[in-house]
Amino acid sequence: MMNDRKERIALLRKRAEEKILILDGAMGTMIQKHSLSEEDYRGERFADWKQDVKGNNDLLSLTQPDIIKDIHLQYIAAGADLNGTNTFSATTIAQADYGMEDLAYEINYESAKIARAACDEWEASHPGDVRFVNGAIGPTNRTASISPDVNNPGFRAITFDQLKEAYKEAAKGLLDGGADTLLVETIFDTLNAKAALFAIDEVVEERGEDVPVMISGTITDASGRTLSGQTTEAFYNSVRHTKPFSIGLNCALGAEQLRPYVQELSRIAECRVSVYPNAGLPNEFGEYDQSDSEMAELVKEWAETGMVNLLGGCCGTTPPHIKAITDAVADAKPRIVPKFEPRMRLSGLEPFDAA
Amino acid sequence: MTDISRFINIGERTNVAGSLKFKKLIVEEDYDAAVEIARQQVENGAQIIDINMDDAMLDAETAMVKFINLVAAEPDIARVPIMVDSSKWNVIEAGLKCLQGKGIVNSISLKEGEEPFIAQAKMLRRYGAAVVVMAFDEKGQADTVDRKFEICKRSYDVLVEKVGFPPEDIIFDPNIFAVATGIEEHDNYAVDFIEACKLIKKNLPYAKISGGVSNVSFSFRGNNPVREAMHSVFLYHAIQAGLDMGIVNAGQLVVYEEIPEELRERVEDVILNRRSDATDRLLEVAEKYKGTGGPEKKADLEWRKKPVNERLAHALINGIAEYVEEDTEEARQQADKPLHVIEGPLMDGMNIVGDLFGAGKMFLPQVVKSARVMKKAVAYLIPFIEEEKDGKHETNGKILLATVKGDVHDIGKNIVGVVLQCNNFEVIDLGVMVPTQKIIETAKAENVDMIGLSGLITPSLEEMTYVAAEMERQELDIPLLIGGATTSKVHTAVKIAPNYLKSSVVYVIDASRAVGVASNLLSKTNGERFAEEIRNEYVAMAEKHAAQQLQKKRFSIVDARANKVQLDWENFEAPVPLKPGITLFEEFDLEELVSRFDWKPFFETWELHGRFPDILKDEKVGETARSLYADAQEMLKKIVAEKWFKPKAVVGLWPANSVGDDIEVTPAPEKNEPVMLHTLRQQMYRENNKRPNRALADYIAPKDSGKTDYIGAFVVTAGPEVEEISGKLEAEHDDYNAILVKALGDRFAEAFAEHMHEKVRKELWGYAPDEALGNDDLIAEKYRGIRPAPGYPACPEHTEKGILWDLLDAEKNVGVSLTESYAMTPTSSVSGFYFANPDAKYFGLGKIERDQVESYADRKGMTLAEAERWLAPNLNYDPRQAR
Repeated sequence: MMNDRKERIALLRKRAEEKILILDGAMGTMIQKHSLSEEDYRGERFADWKQDVKGNNDLLSLTQPDIIKDIHLQYIAAGADLNGTNTFSATTIAQADYGMEDLAYEINYESAKIARAACDEWEASHPGDVRFVNGAIGPTNRTASISPDVNNPGFRAITFDQLKEAYKEAAKGLLDGGADTLLVETIFDTLNAKAALFAIDEVVEERGEDVPVMISGTITDASGRTLSGQTTEAFYNSVRHTKPFSIGLNCALGAEQLRPYVQELSRIAECRVSVYPNAGLPNEFGEYDQSDSEMAELVKEWAETGMVNLLGGCCGTTPPHIKAITDAVADAKPRIVPKFEPRMRLSGLEPFDAA
Repeated sequence: MTDISRFINIGERTNVAGSLKFKKLIVEEDYDAAVEIARQQVENGAQIIDINMDDAMLDAETAMVKFINLVAAEPDIARVPIMVDSSKWNVIEAGLKCLQGKGIVNSISLKEGEEPFIAQAKMLRRYGAAVVVMAFDEKGQADTVDRKFEICKRSYDVLVEKVGFPPEDIIFDPNIFAVATGIEEHDNYAVDFIEACKLIKKNLPYAKISGGVSNVSFSFRGNNPVREAMHSVFLYHAIQAGLDMGIVNAGQLVVYEEIPEELRERVEDVILNRRSDATDRLLEVAEKYKGTGGPEKKADLEWRKKPVNERLAHALINGIAEYVEEDTEEARQQADKPLHVIEGPLMDGMNIVGDLFGAGKMFLPQVVKSARVMKKAVAYLIPFIEEEKDGKHETNGKILLATVKGDVHDIGKNIVGVVLQCNNFEVIDLGVMVPTQKIIETAKAENVDMIGLSGLITPSLEEMTYVAAEMERQELDIPLLIGGATTSKVHTAVKIAPNYLKSSVVYVIDASRAVGVASNLLSKTNGERFAEEIRNEYVAMAEKHAAQQLQKKRFSIVDARANKVQLDWENFEAPVPLKPGITLFEEFDLEELVSRFDWKPFFETWELHGRFPDILKDEKVGETARSLYADAQEMLKKIVAEKWFKPKAVVGLWPANSVGDDIEVTPAPEKNEPVMLHTLRQQMYRENNKRPNRALADYIAPKDSGKTDYIGAFVVTAGPEVEEISGKLEAEHDDYNAILVKALGDRFAEAFAEHMHEKVRKELWGYAPDEALGNDDLIAEKYRGIRPAPGYPACPEHTEKGILWDLLDAEKNVGVSLTESYAMTPTSSVSGFYFANPDAKYFGLGKIERDQVESYADRKGMTLAEAERWLAPNLNYDPRQAR
């Protein structure tokens, strides 16, 4: 078993040269299938918790670790190289909704351990087939650059420093628990992401380790902008200073709707490009019904035109989706990361290139 | 010409230190009005807004955070990057924590030493901001060019090497100080700044330069016309020197060209420190301009007295909207049709604006103002145009127009739209910053006949290429028109058209052509032929472009060396010269040489071109050639009979081996003092290395092969008599015979060289004792081995002759010397090297790259500049630009 983090990361970087890396699919969709009750969420440890916790999926890493591990194993078997920890809302800020802010570190730590155990288990029965733990860092439920009060546009419900502290704790928990990489995902406010990346940079510097960081933003609608108003390129310009392992898009839209923005990123990004779309757009019932083969067909075209380096699935995707994508792009070459003449690339809501 | 469109305007009005009005609003907490100032700046063309709250009356940190957060809620303003401007680190950090975009910090410096500078830079890298670095160190602010550059260089090295700061995110502010202060030491400040810009651009790659422009005119405060003239002149020169951006009042810049000549000259004297009395001379006239001129001054209404066309041009150039409607009405009354006002005086005015912009004499914000005036005039005319059109319903076609994503310029596109509409096309104008998908979806939904794309800035070119590719992918089949200031026919042909093959792609040079192109493309009778012609033209253009690119393409010298001529040295045995060392020939039978003449070059001397002897029967020149030939024969007889010339030759054959691209010759084996010959290698790009990159050294066995090889050298001359006789004839004014004797002298020398080469092959070196070739075969070089001459295509560098001369002691042995420029005297002489290898071939060196020239200079002990001078015709680069 490959126990050394350094070796695993070297292997990951090498694998990224050779093939399109596969990210796993939705965790929430899979948890939903278990139709868990309030009691199931609480488990023994939180049987007497002061408020309802149903819906706090990240808590399941503490109360139902076997379910989470099983989901990981299903995605691993489907072909996922990078397996996202069950920590989308595991920051002090998001956990505060359940009064569980003090558990944030523990949830991150345990979630990473579960994913680690799943990967190790797979490797034990499939010697040489190393899989990776991708420490997921979600957006929180507050925005640092948008006021929640329409009458007071200058107001902010959260500050950069508060976010930074929360993200720092999450990153520490994930790395201590055995995450190989970190993924700042579903970014709808770039300032939140900048705080997360700032925090990660500090943590990584303290630890003196090489931690590949992936960044994934969310284009919320056909305007082609993030919730906080940035275009794809402006978003990229805002975070490229962190020299990420990859930049990409996930959530909100299906593969079909995402295509123009993926192409845009592919043209401008000086690092790998990742995409994990939803399984289409939700239907009238809020369900995602794009089939595995439909989705695989769409992302296959991206792979064939050399636009992407990492592919996976977001809301509504399941192990069959990931399996279909894995098979569809198995022989495709990853996008060649371009090198551009250095130029000052600034941004507001829109990019500004000082060539 | 400088690409002025790249100059970045940083709005300065949201700065409490620079704007009293803004300061008042912030102090009074009237943030709504303060935000409006930011909006105006962006509307007026500021591409970045500088925000500064440093004031004793304010809690700068709180004000900074509040203002940035408010601005973030205004998409019209928040679209541009923000410059967080403060001298206090806590304010800077507070500002950065509110920016979701990537902004600029203004500023940090070495003022307090390296330690805090490094710590701050590290934080900025982590926040992800570009940074303005002031030319300021522990000793103070830099004033002279040397100090400015020295501090910038030190800052750059610390940032790039110690902090790992991206060099492209560094912006230097080398301090703009006031000139014309009356203090002599200040006179050169503007020049110091401009010169520092040049040094920074040359030596600190990717770094940018900024400055607070208004400082330069500080001594003229209260006199805005003069100040604005100073800013305009200063910018004009500083931008050419490399100034990338400036903190300027975007809405208030006088056009360089519009400054009264007297004022401009005196301002220029001050800025460029051209004369010691420059300040006095500017002061002399300054009062006169106070309260006049300037774009916002209404006092000077002289221009209102001019004819209407000139008034419209004036209003467009100076961005004055006030009178444009009345002037447009007047022009309309004079014109046959309202459209003619647009096509005539308004377009003329905008063309002047375009020219001034292109020449760096107008800035973007000024152009934006011009565009507003233009729009107002066009809007005024539209109802009249509509009225005229009334009754016609069937249109000529439906055209979608859009300025592509990332670009906000629409003057040209709007004009095209108006012109097309006036010609009965239906126009759907999607405006500016239009994403590709919207263009394609609208085109499909509206079933348009054609798409027209416009753009002014360079990134738009790429965007248009992308739109074309997407049109292809999404299977549109309607023509695509390309227009806008930076577009070109060649770019359209090379980059855009190949991406969209389903229909035509046509470059439209200006609005006046749009109607013609659109009508032709949509013509039922002529459309296909027109499209076909354009397509053929563009394909030919693209192919030509590709061929040119390929021609220019060069291998690096390393790759070229790797692709040298591969010979089998292992099985090689060099023929050993039968008579090694130096051999002299001082007596020679002239008649024998005459039989070896190659007559073709003789006729070429007289500009008679053709094969010999066919030329004697040529219809056109035959008679002249025959007469010339007869005269030559007559003179030859005399030359031979009277022994006019005394040809001499010296030949040397020595052991040699190649070492890299050099050849090591051992002229005296017993002395072991090798002499190096230096050869040059072809660097042209060879597809798949199908053909070698030759150098003469390839024909000599390499030293490490362990085989002894040989090389030869020679100098032959027809003798000094040729020039003596020719000179005598010239003195007698017999020019014809003077030239004739020289031409024949050259033939003797060449024939002699040919004869000696044969003698070498058969006797002295003796590797081809049985060779039997006639004169024609000899002229066609059908023998084994070559004799390339320094100064000719295979070895074009003349100074190698010097080494050849030393080897042969040629001056002493045959009386031929070299001039300063390595020309031979007497001129009827030939020199060169002998290569015996059967694979040796003549070749042309072609153009070479700097890497080889550096290596060559190094090997020859020349400076690079010397080598570049001798190799000037062979350089594939401009040495002035490469350094």
